[in-house]
Amino acid sequence: MAKAFAYYPGCSLHATAREYDVSTRAVFSALGMDVKEIEGWVCCGASSAHSTDHLLALVLPAHELQAASEMERPVLVPCAMCYSRLKLTLLELERPGKKEEVGKALGKPLGKMPAVLHPMEALREEEIPVKRPLGGLKVACYYGCLLARPQGVVPGEDLENPQGMDRIMARLGAQPVPWPFKNECCGASMFLAKKDLLLRLSRRIVFQAQEAGAEALVVGCPMCHFNLDLAQRGTEHPLPVLYLTQAVGLALGLPPSDLMLKRHFISPLPVLKGKGIWPG
Amino acid sequence: MKSLVIIPSPDFRRELETESGERVSSCIQCGKCSGSCPVFAIMDLGPRRLMRAVQLGLREEALGSNTLWLCLFCMTCSSRCPMKIDVARVIETLRHRAIKEGVRPADREIALFHRLFLAEIEALGRAYELGLGGAYGLLTLRPWTNLREFGAMLRRGKVPFIPERAAGSGPLFEKARKAGG
Repeated sequence: MAKAFAYYPGCSLHATAREYDVSTRAVFSALGMDVKEIEGWVCCGASSAHSTDHLLALVLPAHELQAASEMERPVLVPCAMCYSRLKLTLLELERPGKKEEVGKALGKPLGKMPAVLHPMEALREEEIPVKRPLGGLKVACYYGCLLARPQGVVPGEDLENPQGMDRIMARLGAQPVPWPFKNECCGASMFLAKKDLLLRLSRRIVFQAQEAGAEALVVGCPMCHFNLDLAQRGTEHPLPVLYLTQAVGLALGLPPSDLMLKRHFISPLPVLKGKGIWPG
Repeated sequence: MKSLVIIPSPDFRRELETESGERVSSCIQCGKCSGSCPVFAIMDLGPRRLMRAVQLGLREEALGSNTLWLCLFCMTCSSRCPMKIDVARVIETLRHRAIKEGVRPADREIALFHRLFLAEIEALGRAYELGLGGAYGLLTLRPWTNLREFGAMLRRGKVPFIPERAAGSGPLFEKARKAGG
């Protein structure tokens, strides 16, 4: 039977990161997997809920987990922030008494919780029929904080040197470069409150990727993408930032409308055209 | 010279250890957390000294520290702690505590951002960047700070004008408040 997922896009994928939403759906459908959006989903609370209120930070994700469990499907979560909130909620619910406490707050006992997967995890295991190899494009795979930490959240990945995206990119014909800033923080949701800090952290990451010889960055988080992309506006030799699913879609030979590569601040087109892998 | 005498008071530490489920007392002050912290440069205490403050029961110093607010929850400290203390969780517990006790946040901009974000989610169910950016700009009396960035986002269709809504969030907030007391 084909794999089927309950899909939790999260707020970013309906706004700043629409290209991540569109390319994720296109890639999963091209690979014959069924992705069905959770109806009436609400925000996971992001950093603001867990920053301020322990119970609220569990109630919001638990509500989505419960909806997915009613669909009897594992949850696919492309946003690394939502992914982390859902995964950490699963772990928290295993602590003594927590499941009852959250179920009581929700007014509905929590049943068996579904598995939660990021596209990186789903694609790691998948056969990808490459139609348009990525021509040795040198990529720096950036995992940020939430696809690397904490221990036990992303199964099978090393905390200090994760490899999941690197392996997928190598299978697509790209050349992942080894580099030291795979899991350094980009500044997260500090755009409004601490922009200078965010720009400094993000530019450090871009600089290290360039030092390692990368021609593009590959990410699996809309917040990382926004920060790394925005931080390079107006700089002289910017590195385009691709979503993992955009890179997979390119290799699958999907049309430009499924990839939406023109929405980034830093256009990836010159680099892709240079490698002869631009589909337009 | 003025001498400083600190008399450790174990109550505060014990409370935090119970609330967070982490053994702060086993911190050996090696400093890996502060050395790994991406925001350490602009923190008053940083994670290591914050942990020390908790060990010594320095309640005001701990709850009034900007470290609680500047922490980005990247969890690097937690993943590198040789004593396996989830430092980020301790910091988070301190922040929850500071909010509950009405301690004035050491970083008002970040506290305001979180408050506005949650108010928006409660009302709409989903994040709405334009509304959040606008409200934040007005309340900090700097509405023009991010105009260029928002302009660039609008030109690329990255931020919708009209907010998306999901009705389920208001009742969830209500439930969490009721259960949390």
